[in-house]
Amino acid sequence: MTGTRFYQVGSYAAGNRLLDPASRAEQSRAGRPNSLTMGHRACRGCGEALAARYVLDAAERATGGRIVTVNATGCLEVFSTPYPESAWRLPWLHSLFGNAPAVAAGVAAALRAQGRTEVRVIGQGGDGGTVDIGFGCLSGMFERNDDVLYVCYDNQAYMNTGVQRSGATPPAARTATTLPVGGDPGAPFGQGKDLPRIALAHGIPYVATATVAGLRDLEAKAARAMDLHGARYLHVLSPCPLGWGTGSGEAVRIARLAVESGVFPVFEAVDGEITGVERIRRPVPVEEYLRPQRRYAHLFKPEPRPDVIARIQQAADRNIVRYHLLDPDEQAAQGS
Amino acid sequence: MASRVERIEQIEGSKAVARAVAACRPQVVAAYPISPQTHIVEEVSRLVRTGELTPCQYVNVESEFAAMSMCIGASAAGSRAYTATASQGLLFMAEALFNASGLGLPIVLTVANRALGAPINIWNDHSDSLSQRDSGWIQLYARDNQQAVDLHPLAFRLAEELSLPVMVCMDGFVLTHAVERVELPGQEAVDAFLPPFRPAQLLAPEQPMTIGAMVGPEAFTEVRYLAHTRHLRALTVLPRLAEEFRAAFGRDPHAVLGEAHLEPGGTVVLAMGSVLGTLADAVDELRAEGLPVGLLGLTLYRPFPAEALRLALARAGRVVVLERALAPGVGGIVSADLAAALHGLPDPPEIRTVIAGLGGRPITKASLCRMLADATAGRLPELLFLDLERDVVERESGLLEKAPDEEGAT
Ligand SMILES: Cc1ncc(C[n+]2csc(CCOP(=O)(O)OP(=O)(O)O)c2C)c(N)n1
Ligand code: SF4
Repeated sequence: MTGTRFYQVGSYAAGNRLLDPASRAEQSRAGRPNSLTMGHRACRGCGEALAARYVLDAAERATGGRIVTVNATGCLEVFSTPYPESAWRLPWLHSLFGNAPAVAAGVAAALRAQGRTEVRVIGQGGDGGTVDIGFGCLSGMFERNDDVLYVCYDNQAYMNTGVQRSGATPPAARTATTLPVGGDPGAPFGQGKDLPRIALAHGIPYVATATVAGLRDLEAKAARAMDLHGARYLHVLSPCPLGWGTGSGEAVRIARLAVESGVFPVFEAVDGEITGVERIRRPVPVEEYLRPQRRYAHLFKPEPRPDVIARIQQAADRNIVRYHLLDPDEQAAQGS
Repeated sequence: MASRVERIEQIEGSKAVARAVAACRPQVVAAYPISPQTHIVEEVSRLVRTGELTPCQYVNVESEFAAMSMCIGASAAGSRAYTATASQGLLFMAEALFNASGLGLPIVLTVANRALGAPINIWNDHSDSLSQRDSGWIQLYARDNQQAVDLHPLAFRLAEELSLPVMVCMDGFVLTHAVERVELPGQEAVDAFLPPFRPAQLLAPEQPMTIGAMVGPEAFTEVRYLAHTRHLRALTVLPRLAEEFRAAFGRDPHAVLGEAHLEPGGTVVLAMGSVLGTLADAVDELRAEGLPVGLLGLTLYRPFPAEALRLALARAGRVVVLERALAPGVGGIVSADLAAALHGLPDPPEIRTVIAGLGGRPITKASLCRMLADATAGRLPELLFLDLERDVVERESGLLEKAPDEEGAT
């Protein structure tokens, strides 16, 4: 395959075809490494596949191709390695659902013992493998400051086993184990883990969030993370058309709405201190983000639930304040 | 000539094993403490700190699951990886144990054998390692601290030749905390015996490789078949390595079986681990009285050396399997393997199972002598719990099963 067809349809981002070659996106370079190559079995429009490809290609470039990858069990692992095929063009190891951070730390320890510190390690997993079953290993990896970049592809449920709730499933969302029936339909409020903030509390060298709507930002964060050493954490909102009930061409649009509504704050932090946030350019009410997703359909019909939507809005507003997501000018305008 | 023996020392079993492990030059050690394994990893960490074991990364992890997971990563990245655990720690590793063997990673693990709860009990028996019987790990059981030391270089060598993980089991407290005279192998001799680790598969950017792919029904059986045949290769590779070991260190590591006084028609007692010491004394005593009793120590439990056992036991009259673990609802664990191995012999020996020493209950020479005398006289039931305290059983079952109509009964 030759040629590049990278530009963001319907976005407010500048396309990069007019940029000089040196500052173009990794994916727009003819020489991009295609770490996760075509032909894998992800669903059409899978946010996780998109995110993983961007992260690893950028990291490959940042390290001159000296990376080893460790993957937790989950969609990304299953759709990319149907024996005897593999979609990975870099060294890649799958062990278990709950141990990717520890396995990656083991790889890092081995490389350190061998004096091969130029080879870098990336661990990756879904939100379930990261915030739930692998959490102990991840926290241990953070606490020891192992030289690993761990990337969580957050699609907000256990997609690989059929869309069950995870500790990162947002309130009110329908999953196979939080059905929209009963008095409080969907996932409960007041439960779940905000792992980027937990990562911050570990005081590790680098924590960032990103989404597939900000692909240049995602590339830049992956590259920046590879410039640093020690435990690093990148949390990427990766919409799942199958689990969220959205069109297969909509992952990027939905992710952008998550950012613009304040539902998903995009920030970057060094040594436990937030150093930058992605400002909301076009604020939208959460309803605009929720309405296109079938996992929230029960909030709109048959019986509209403005009360539930208001609670989600409250949480988004809290994010906006906590992370200063609005431009000061715009914030003033909003307040007036 | 390279020194075969660095020094002969009066040394605690754990320390001796730690030094033997250090002589094997592991590059990554990740461990989590649990009694009675603690002294082993404490000593390894000390050797790393003082620079006596270098280059080595000693990693303090948050759980046994992480310890084994780290070993998996380290081994796949081409480093010699080691850890030690016991009991609940081994169970906490279980998921990763099966994974390490399935991925064909030559990790070495010392198990300081300890009972499994509940009820919680920190003392020795074999229920922990035997619970991982089918984990795909090669299992070796040491009878004394000398053998525990010797089995470690052998375990690394075997693991790396077969690209399979090996578990070296030594009885908790009985061996780990016992001070014995041990010959510690010299570094040069170990280096000559155990060449640097050359991994069969490696995570390296120079030659990208996918390890741990998802395998469906079309090939899973074939992959498992290959794992089985590779595991079985230990039956031929280990005796060869043991011979090399003997030539290099001047000691027979008894890597598969250790036997004494096997004679036609006699009673043979088969056991694993430290009880073999007491058994040897008991057997000597009974033989002095003229009883035809022999002893067979099993070092290699997985793969099960069925052929070697058939040869050793073909002419025995009776085999008493002394077991340090219980399969509830069945009885003995090793006995079942032995029965299968001896099946089809023209005149197979009778098999008796004796469950002994659970949760650290001392196994005395006097009880063993009594039991073996009963065995030779044909008075042993098929399954015997040695030294079972009947009054405790009755009291406890009375408390548990207090039926209303029993009240007032005599
Ligand atoms: C110990 C264990 N428990 C459960 C599973 C089953 N399992 C495999 S993947 C998965 C969910 C994965 O979810 P997530 O990590 O969010 O990744 P996704 O598939 O959504 O990308 C589960 C529950 C397993 N493999 N291992
Ligand atoms: S279920 Fe979701 S995460 Fe999994 S491959 Fe399909 S779109 Fe991607």
